[in-house]
Amino acid sequence: MTIVSTAAASGPAVPPPRIDPEVPAKVAARNLNFYYGQHHALKNINLSIAANRVTAFIGPSGCGKSTLLRIFNRMYDLYPGQRVEGRVLLDDTDILDPKLDLNLLRARVGMVFQKPTPFPMTIYENIAFGIRLYEKLPKSDMDSRVEKALRDGALWTEVKDKLNASGLSLSGGQQQRLCIARTVAVRPEVILFDEPCSALDPISTAKVEELIAELKTHYTIAIVTHNMQQAARVSDYTSFMYLGEMIEFGPTDKLFTSPSDRRTQDYITGRFG
Amino acid sequence: MVCRKQGWGVAEMAVHSSAIEQVASHDRSRAMDAFKLGDRVFYWITRISAILVLVLLGGIIISLIVGSWPAIMEFGSSFLTTQRWAPSAEPPVLGALSPLYGTILTSIIAMTIAIPVGIGIAVFLTELCPLWARAPIGMAIELLAGIPSIIYGMWGFFILGPFLADTVQPFFIGLFDGVPILGAIFGGPPSYLSLFNASLILAIMVLPFITAISRDVFATVPPVLKEAAYGVGCTTWEVVRHVVLPYTRVGVIGGAMLALGRALGETMAVTFIIGNSFRISPSIFAPGTTISAAIASEFAESDGLHQSSLMLLGLLLFVLTFFVLAAARLMLLRLEKKAGK
Repeated sequence: MTIVSTAAASGPAVPPPRIDPEVPAKVAARNLNFYYGQHHALKNINLSIAANRVTAFIGPSGCGKSTLLRIFNRMYDLYPGQRVEGRVLLDDTDILDPKLDLNLLRARVGMVFQKPTPFPMTIYENIAFGIRLYEKLPKSDMDSRVEKALRDGALWTEVKDKLNASGLSLSGGQQQRLCIARTVAVRPEVILFDEPCSALDPISTAKVEELIAELKTHYTIAIVTHNMQQAARVSDYTSFMYLGEMIEFGPTDKLFTSPSDRRTQDYITGRFG
Repeated sequence: MVCRKQGWGVAEMAVHSSAIEQVASHDRSRAMDAFKLGDRVFYWITRISAILVLVLLGGIIISLIVGSWPAIMEFGSSFLTTQRWAPSAEPPVLGALSPLYGTILTSIIAMTIAIPVGIGIAVFLTELCPLWARAPIGMAIELLAGIPSIIYGMWGFFILGPFLADTVQPFFIGLFDGVPILGAIFGGPPSYLSLFNASLILAIMVLPFITAISRDVFATVPPVLKEAAYGVGCTTWEVVRHVVLPYTRVGVIGGAMLALGRALGETMAVTFIIGNSFRISPSIFAPGTTISAAIASEFAESDGLHQSSLMLLGLLLFVLTFFVLAAARLMLLRLEKKAGK
């Protein structure tokens, strides 16, 4: 029985790597370790996610990229036996603080999932539902907020005549954009995309990618993807993760054209993963 | 087998396979005949089983109608509106109003208590309960379903009844004393045997059904859907209210209906503690009776018109249960339409 020292986690704060000093960091992780029970899933992660930029996380399955994303909105909190060490700052708030109001955090950090997850209600209600959690709006204001969100989700023209249809009646790609609209409707600061296109056809994927490019003017975006072309297309910065470690983190152009680590090069050239 | 095959040479394989083919053409048709016969037997067994259900159901309905025919002829529709139950009067006066009232009222009260509590337990078990406590609580609920109803009856008679009459009933009677309507509902002297006691026992008895079914259907909600709801900032209550319950409403209502079916028909425990009084009192603390309790307590000593009337009561219970199930189906259909499916 060895006692794991936590000194490393609370030791002197090493400033996380900043890629571009021009762009302020929105989210910063320091000495981040994550455990599923006994399994050490993330090892000493340090990074900062730049404001109003798209940061992509790539790596083979099980490398911890989704796990990392789920720390940023404390989604792991729903499950017993998962714990985290280290610090994660959203602006200046430590989001790992146990006393933090999780509902408020998740309003600030929205998430779009791998599979479309419309709620079992109408299209209109799917959007209004999230807004109602935080704001009491008269009907007309709510209508315009819903319209705005659906426009932001590039879905308005397709659904404006059937807002009272069930969210489940939409196609997969439309459902995913509905989920994006729903996330945007709450006016978060950061949006986390967890493989948002893995269940979509190429046309829907292109639409979602376009959408991500538009959204970054207002939001800070982190995206996990299995698709390296997608990472190259949509992101400004890319992080390559492998076996729970962050191997390389840098501007997307540089990481894909001249990676500095051998493992990154092997992965992006398709030699493994 | 695989190992042996790997050991064979190519030539050997060829010889073997041609030999197999020759035998196979003959054997296969025989085997197919056997299959066909087996399939036909299987088809008829399942078909007869299904028909058996219809025959049984029809037989029960017909025998109930035949048995209750003298009572239907004698009393007609006044059977439904007469409160008096006097089998030994000359001529006998028998009416179903009191058992009908008691059956419906006890079921309504039982469901009002059991549905929120049952769903609450299920929500706690699936969403909030720490892992180590899940299995014991779940097991306790299932054991509750396994207790024979006669035990509930005895417990209700000897322990719960006196407890309610000494503490709970006086409290409500005092609380609503002098209040119009409520004063009458919660009025009268406390009683060991009452509609309220029976309702409470019924609620405890149907609780496991509601909890077990709700828990099972709650577990079918995709975790990612719940995560999505938590992801927009919902509290656990909001996730349950707006995502889990709408997603599982068919199953939850199904569980509640199963429970209601049991509550309507439950006999032994209710017969013990309801008091078997055919007088309708406005107070739920007064003794009453239900259809099944009336049948159970009187059938053995009945004959002639009395027995026929009890049969008619049974038929009424049958019809009542049928309508409850039909109403549940309709409700589900309307819910689905409203959700825009």
